[in-house]
Amino acid sequence: MRRWQIASFALFFGLWELTGRWPVSPAFPPFSNTFLALIEMIRDGTLGKAYLITAQPLALGIVLCAVAGIAFGIGMGLSRAIEWLSLPVFIILQAAPMAAIIPLLTYMYGIGLTSKVLAVIMLAAPVIVMNSYKGIRNTPPSLLQMCRSFQGTRVQEVVKIVLPHAAALIFTGLRLGLAMGFIGIVIAELLITPTGIGDLISYHGSTADYPKMFATIASIVAVAAVSLHLLQRVEFRLFPRD
Amino acid sequence: MTEAIVEVKGIGKTYDSGVEALRDVNLSFPKGQLSTLLKIIAGLLPRNAGQVLVKGKPVDGPGPERAFVFQDFALLPWASVLRNVAFGLELRGEPKEKREEVARKYIAEVGLKGFEHRYPAQLSGGMRQRVGLARALTVDADIILMDEPFSSVDEQTRRKFQEDLLDLLRHHQKTVIFVTHSIEEAAYLSDQIALLSPRPGRVSKIVRPNVDHSRSPDEIRRDRGYLDTVDEIWGMLRQYV
Repeated sequence: MRRWQIASFALFFGLWELTGRWPVSPAFPPFSNTFLALIEMIRDGTLGKAYLITAQPLALGIVLCAVAGIAFGIGMGLSRAIEWLSLPVFIILQAAPMAAIIPLLTYMYGIGLTSKVLAVIMLAAPVIVMNSYKGIRNTPPSLLQMCRSFQGTRVQEVVKIVLPHAAALIFTGLRLGLAMGFIGIVIAELLITPTGIGDLISYHGSTADYPKMFATIASIVAVAAVSLHLLQRVEFRLFPRD
Repeated sequence: MTEAIVEVKGIGKTYDSGVEALRDVNLSFPKGQLSTLLKIIAGLLPRNAGQVLVKGKPVDGPGPERAFVFQDFALLPWASVLRNVAFGLELRGEPKEKREEVARKYIAEVGLKGFEHRYPAQLSGGMRQRVGLARALTVDADIILMDEPFSSVDEQTRRKFQEDLLDLLRHHQKTVIFVTHSIEEAAYLSDQIALLSPRPGRVSKIVRPNVDHSRSPDEIRRDRGYLDTVDEIWGMLRQYV
């Protein structure tokens, strides 16, 4: 298994090297140059600094979503009134092309941190809210009947059955929310004002330093993929599947 | 005949979809001795007509004198066997030590000693249903309501479980109301069998098998009264097939 994964990476990077050397386009550097550029950017600290900047609105947005979004999703799952009021909004938000709405944020909140945090929230919140809501709603009816047959109260039903049952789906929602958050922050940093990773991508693009531009893009892809994978492992550890 | 512990008078139930499941069902279950009807008796489903009397008093919701065993077991997948069995007492606010002591006793009675710290996913269907039965026994209800408890376990497990159930009931003074689609199971386990006709379900016949349940399982299965009961029920059900 592991051997095949390594072989798959080797094949991918090998093809990248080949097509880069062909050359397909002067703006497509081979893998080796990109890799060297990546090492250089890690060494001189530019990449580290950029990630520190990018991480701020991402972390802020995800934490806000985790607290308010989960609470709201649980509320929607438990109360018909909240569900009736807000379910359509979240269904529309989930389907809406968010990149089109992000420029609106700039008009309303300027080009500072607020806009970027909001961009992360707008992408991450729907999936976090919807997963929490579905986790609550998908409680097996027989477990609820079981609770009632032993004269459990509504509070006991929620605390001892509904919430523990929803926990796994809520965690999945958080992981998917972080995945959306990565998309949100990169779009925000490219569309609103270039800062952090977005700045490195657009700056090196405009100065035609393509190896560095590709290295930055590859690094954000790797960071997102690795952190999501680690979260998934935590998830499987916490909530083993049947 | 002794006084009735559970009586059902003129029960009717129509689901929101318009399906009339039950009409004017009258039943009584004498002391010491069907899913919609069963859940109405349990107080888990509202009824559209009639009343349910437990020990002579009308009941509307679930009560401590009735415990339910679910067809799909209804176990908490994130809780150990011990916590699942003790869950009824946990809901009643019994302290942890007390309820686990009671739970351990019933886990042993249903033959699951040594499995206290396993999780439902690690158990077979038959074992899961034993957990469900143990949970119903812990709350010391006089009436155990069982909704097709053996329908999702294989035949060997089912037979063994039936034998163990008879054995258990010999030591506890409990009334068990049991829904089944198996004629043999009904004849083997019951003192009284109510046959419900297809929708809307009405009591088409009450059968009292002449079977001595204190005899060994093999003797019962060869017993004249048992075999006659099976034939009698099949003769009546045949018209609905």
